[in-house]
Amino acid sequence: MDTREKDIEKLKDYKYGFTTDIENIKAPKGLNEDVIKFISNIKKEPNWMLEFRLKAYERLKLLKEPNWQKPKYPKIDYQDLYYYSAPKSMKDKPKSLDELDPKLLETYKKLGIPLQEQARLNGIAVDAVFDSVSVATTFKGELTKHGIIFCSMSEAIQKHPDLVKKYLGTVIPVTDHFFATLNSAVFTDGSFVYIPEGVKCPMELSTYFRINASETGQFERTLIIADKGSYVSYLEGCTAPMRDENQLHAANVELIALDDAEIKYSTVQNWYPGDENGKGGIYNFVTKRGLCKGNNSKISWTQVETGSAITWKYPSCILKGDNSIGEFYSIAITNNHQKADTGTKMIHLGKNTKSKIISKGISAGFSDMTYRGLVDINSKAKNSSNYTQCDSLLMGNKCGAHTVPYIKNKNFDSNIAHEATTSKISEAQLHYCQQRGLNPEEAVGLIVNGFCKEVLQQLPMEFAVEAQKLVGISLEGSVG
Amino acid sequence: MSEQLQSDFDKLVKTSKFSNEEIQFKKNFLNNFIKKGFPNRKQEDWKFLDISQIIKKNISNLSYFNDYSQSNKIDPSIFVDGLEHNKIIFINGRIEKIDFNFEDQNKIEIIDETKKDISFDYENSLIDLNSAFTDKVFKILIKKNYSLKKPLIVYHSINDEIKSTNINLRLDFELGENSCLKLIDYFSNNTAKNFINIFYNFNLEKNSILKNYKIDKFINNNLKYSLNNIEQDNNSVSETFILSAGSDYFKNEINCNLNGEYSSAFINGIFSLKENQQHEIRTTINHLVENTKSYQLVKSVLGKNTKSAYQGRIFVNSKAQKTDGYQLSKAILLDETSEFNAKPELEIYADDVKCSHGSASGSLDENSIFYLMSRGLNYQQSKELLINGFLMDVVEKITDVEIKNLITNIIGLKQ
Repeated sequence: MDTREKDIEKLKDYKYGFTTDIENIKAPKGLNEDVIKFISNIKKEPNWMLEFRLKAYERLKLLKEPNWQKPKYPKIDYQDLYYYSAPKSMKDKPKSLDELDPKLLETYKKLGIPLQEQARLNGIAVDAVFDSVSVATTFKGELTKHGIIFCSMSEAIQKHPDLVKKYLGTVIPVTDHFFATLNSAVFTDGSFVYIPEGVKCPMELSTYFRINASETGQFERTLIIADKGSYVSYLEGCTAPMRDENQLHAANVELIALDDAEIKYSTVQNWYPGDENGKGGIYNFVTKRGLCKGNNSKISWTQVETGSAITWKYPSCILKGDNSIGEFYSIAITNNHQKADTGTKMIHLGKNTKSKIISKGISAGFSDMTYRGLVDINSKAKNSSNYTQCDSLLMGNKCGAHTVPYIKNKNFDSNIAHEATTSKISEAQLHYCQQRGLNPEEAVGLIVNGFCKEVLQQLPMEFAVEAQKLVGISLEGSVG
Repeated sequence: MSEQLQSDFDKLVKTSKFSNEEIQFKKNFLNNFIKKGFPNRKQEDWKFLDISQIIKKNISNLSYFNDYSQSNKIDPSIFVDGLEHNKIIFINGRIEKIDFNFEDQNKIEIIDETKKDISFDYENSLIDLNSAFTDKVFKILIKKNYSLKKPLIVYHSINDEIKSTNINLRLDFELGENSCLKLIDYFSNNTAKNFINIFYNFNLEKNSILKNYKIDKFINNNLKYSLNNIEQDNNSVSETFILSAGSDYFKNEINCNLNGEYSSAFINGIFSLKENQQHEIRTTINHLVENTKSYQLVKSVLGKNTKSAYQGRIFVNSKAQKTDGYQLSKAILLDETSEFNAKPELEIYADDVKCSHGSASGSLDENSIFYLMSRGLNYQQSKELLINGFLMDVVEKITDVEIKNLITNIIGLKQ
C-alpha cells in the first residue's frame, strides 16, 4: 500500500477546542498609550511598571516586524486586537479558590487540571492563566514554608517589587526584537517564581495557559529566578478553543540562574493548530531566554511542540557564568498545514561552558518544519564545548523538513560538533512491527516514540506520559 | 561609485569592438549593478564575510576600466611544469591565448556568446558587474563522445600594465554527450590589490564528466570571487576541488542543478589560511529529480587572525525521491584569533531521501600530539603530521591520479 498517495485523513478532534461562556472585561481594541495605561491601571501597577511599558512602546514604534522566518503569514493588524481580556469575576481577585467563579473551575476541570488542592495528589503546584489573568495558584502554603515565591506576575509586582524591579527585563530587555518589545509594552500576566538561596523546590511548579476570548492576543510574561544553590523544575502547558481566526500569542519568558543554581523548564505546547485546511489556529511567537548568570549554573529547556498554526520560537541560553551548562531538548511535530520554525541559541561567554542540543522534528501532511539554531562560542569562552544533534523525520512528500544551523567558533580551545540527518520511517522497520501484530498506525507510533525517546525522557514523569500520548494523537491520520 | 562606473563603462565602450546591440545589453547590467551596489552582510548569503566592507578596507577606490584592445605579453614562467596541458591564458581579464594543441581540433568549438543572457534567476549583483565589464565571452563546446586527452589549464594572471583595480572574466563550457573535461584554474602569485570577479557556466549533457580544480596557493593580496553555475543532465558527474589558500579574500560559490536522473555532484575543499586571510565556500546543490547524489567535504586549517566560512545548502525538491546528500565540514583552529563559521543547511521536501550533514571544529587533539611525541617526533613535527593527514583526506578524494599528484606537490603534503 502506498501511504504517500493516500490523502491525509481528518485529524482526531482537538479535544480542548471548547469555549467557556464567561463575561469578560476587555481593554478597548487597538494598541496605543491609552490601552497600555488602561492595562497598567486595571492591574493597579506602580508607576515604574507603567514607565517600563511606555518605554517599550516608544521603542516598538521604531521597530519593524521581522520577516526572515520560513513560515510566512498574512500581515497582523495590531490595531484590530484586544490587548486585555479578563473574566469579570476576576476584577476583585478572589481570596481563595472557594470564591472563584465555578465556570472557571469547570473549564480547568475539563482541561484535566483540577485547581482544588485536595484533588491534586501528585503534588504539582499550578498557576492557571485564563486569557490575560492568572486565576488561581495552588499549594501556596506549602511553598511559602520553604520561602519560595510562586504567584502571578501582577501579584509579584504588588508584593515583591524589589525582586521584579531587579530582574525583569534583564534577559529580554525592552530594546529587544519586535514581538518581545510588544510583550514588554502590553503584557498582562504570567507566573513569577523565586527560589531562595539553597532551596530545592519540593514539587514541580506548573503554569497552565488558556486563551478563551476571541480577537485577543495573549501576552504573558514569566520570570523565574533561582538564587544561589537552588533548584526548580517548571512546567508549562497551553490550550485554546477552536476558532477560524488566527490568534496571536507572544509571550516572554525570562530565566535567571545564579551561582550553582539549576532551572529545568519544560513545555508541552498544544495550542489549537487550525483545522485540516489550515484555517485558524494560534500564532505562537514566543521569546524564551535563560541567563546562566552565576558560575556552575545550569538551565535546561525541554519542549514538546505539537500545536499552533505557526510556531516560531527559539528558547535560548546565555552561558555567562564559568562552568555553566545549557541544554535544549525538543520534539516538534507538524501535521496538516501547521508550520514551525524553531530551535535554540547557545551563546557561550564564560569559560568551560557546555551546551547540548537535541532536536527531533517530525513533519506530516502539508506541513513545514524548520530547525534553526545558533551556537556561538565567544573568544573568551575558553575550553567550551557544544554538541548538537538534529534529526528530522518526513511522512509523505507534501511536507518539508529543513535544518539551518549557524555555527560560530571564535575560540581555538573549544569544540563544536554538529550532526543532522533527515530520513523517513523505513519500510523494513514498519514491516517488522506489523509482522508482530501491530497495525500500521501503532507501528508508526512506536517508531516515532523511539525516535523521540531521548527528549521524552527529559520530561518529568507526569508530563512524559501526556506528551507521549500527544505525539500519537498529533500524527493520527498521517499514515494510511 | 556610480560616476566612476559610468565613466569607466564609457571608456570601455570607446576602446572596444562591441556591436551596438552588445553595448545596449551590457548597459542593462551596468544599471542593475548601480541600482544594487555591492552585496553586504544584510544579505543572508554574505552574512559571514561582508564583501563591500572588505573591498572598502583593502581597495579604497575601485576602478573598472581595462583596455581590451591592447594585447599583453605572455610570461611563460607562470606555466605549470611536469604536466602536458591545453591552455587558456587570461591577462588582466583579457583572453590572450586559447590553445588546444593536444586535441582533435574538429571536436572542440569556440563560440562567441557575448550577448547570451544569464540563464538562471539571481540576486547576486556581482553577476551584473561581471556582465557589464567583461570582454568578449566565449563558450568552449566539447562535442559528443570526445574526451580531452590532456587537462585544460586556465591561467589567471595580471601584469603591470593593468589600469583598473577590478577584473571581470567569464567562460562558458558545454560538454556534449559522453564527453569529458578536466579543467584546472591556476591563480598566479601577483601581489597587487585587485578585486577579481570570475563567473563560469557549465552545461553538462548526458553522461558527461566535468572535473574542475581551483588552485589558489601562492600568497597574494588579491580579493577574489568565483561563481560556478553547473547544470547537469542524466548520468552526468561533476567534481569540484577547491584549494583556497593564497588570496587575502576568496569566496568560491558553486551552484549546481541536478536536472537529470542519476546525476551526481562532488565538492571537496581545503582552506589553509595564514595571517589575516578571510575565505569562504558557499555551495547550493539543488536535487530536482529522482536518484541524484551529492557529496561535500570541506576542511579548514586556520592560523593567526584568519576567518573561514562554509555555507552549504542541500535542497531537495518534492519530486526528488531517493536523493542521497551528504555534507561534512571540519576545522582546526590553530590560534586564539582564528574563527570558523558554518551554516550547513538542509531544505527537504521529499520523504524517501537520505540527507545528513556534520560539522566539527576545535583545536588539534592534544592526545594525538602526545602519542606522536612519545614516539620521538618533536612538537612541531607532530603538529605538521596531524595537519598533513587531516588535509590529505580531502586530496585523496581527487579521482584523477595525475592531477592528484600535482596538487599534493603544490600543497606540499606527504602521501
